[in-house]
Amino acid sequence: MTPSGAPSAREIFLTFTRIGASGFGGVNFWIRRVLVQEKRWITDHEYLEGLALGQIIPGPNVYNLTVMIGYRFGGVRGAFAAIAGLLGPPLAVLLALGLLYQRYSALPILQRALAGMSAVAAGLLLANAVSLAVALPRRARPWIFLVLAFAGVGIMRWPLLYVMGALAPFAMASVWRR
Amino acid sequence: MAEVIALFWHFLLLGCLAVGGVSTVMPDMYRYVVDENAMVTGRQFSDAYALAQATPGPNALWVTLLGLLARGWAGALATTLGILVPATAFSLIASALHARHADSPFARAVRRGLAPVALGFMLSSGWVLLRSIEHGWRGYALALVTLALVIGTRLNPLWLLAAGALIGIAGWI
Repeated sequence: MTPSGAPSAREIFLTFTRIGASGFGGVNFWIRRVLVQEKRWITDHEYLEGLALGQIIPGPNVYNLTVMIGYRFGGVRGAFAAIAGLLGPPLAVLLALGLLYQRYSALPILQRALAGMSAVAAGLLLANAVSLAVALPRRARPWIFLVLAFAGVGIMRWPLLYVMGALAPFAMASVWRR
Repeated sequence: MAEVIALFWHFLLLGCLAVGGVSTVMPDMYRYVVDENAMVTGRQFSDAYALAQATPGPNALWVTLLGLLARGWAGALATTLGILVPATAFSLIASALHARHADSPFARAVRRGLAPVALGFMLSSGWVLLRSIEHGWRGYALALVTLALVIGTRLNPLWLLAAGALIGIAGWI
């Protein structure tokens, strides 16, 4: 626990509002900066544990981490205070952008700008996947699962549920150790 | 209304499958909202994603924008809750169980075993996004240059997005 005692729901909300609003270029960076380095609510070790746990829970990683930290300091109330803080400012910006887009998306200049941004966004996503893939063990099996998942969902466009259902048991069994 | 509820159920299912992040289930969102139900065009789909990358906060919130374009405010609520309800529920359960250590045999199998599958899905997302833009070889080239810059340098992605917008406005793609 922190030296100054558990933060209130209000404090949790305000802290995550700051993280959500400044989350340009990755919320993860700001979560660590604010919660570990500035406020010292959690240690680096706890932060990494939370991230690891977030990886096996479905959904956005930083979001899962936010829920878990909020719960830890303020129970369910704290969790929802953290969620409201994290999502409030970005949602407001995003919905405003959405309304503007609906109004002006027919403008040629905007269409051209968005075409360029979309290509960059696709490149960012691919870069993310590639840099994570480089860290995979250099054995055949993980790569077989990667290729099968890509072929099924990316090339064949099969429903993800079926591809996941077919691959997950084998993928998990292939690394199972007690 | 029935359409919005069906949209919610589909995103709720995807929310439960999104191990490794929301970008892993993007191809199935595309299949559902563009290919099967024609709620948005491929162009709107990629626009929503690109716009959301240029805003602060969790990247996954682009599903809110997608929902808004698909079926207005109700659609935005359907896609957002669909993704966030499972994530919230599972995170709260993990917290309540004091599951602080992610190294039980099962958790390890999920993390290590599903990682390559999730990466295959993530690559599919990039692929689907590229295919949805329909701007020919220059678009692919721009995506490849971006990929190289992200991996080779420490440039802030925001600069790359801004450069992409300028390149688009200049009419180079």
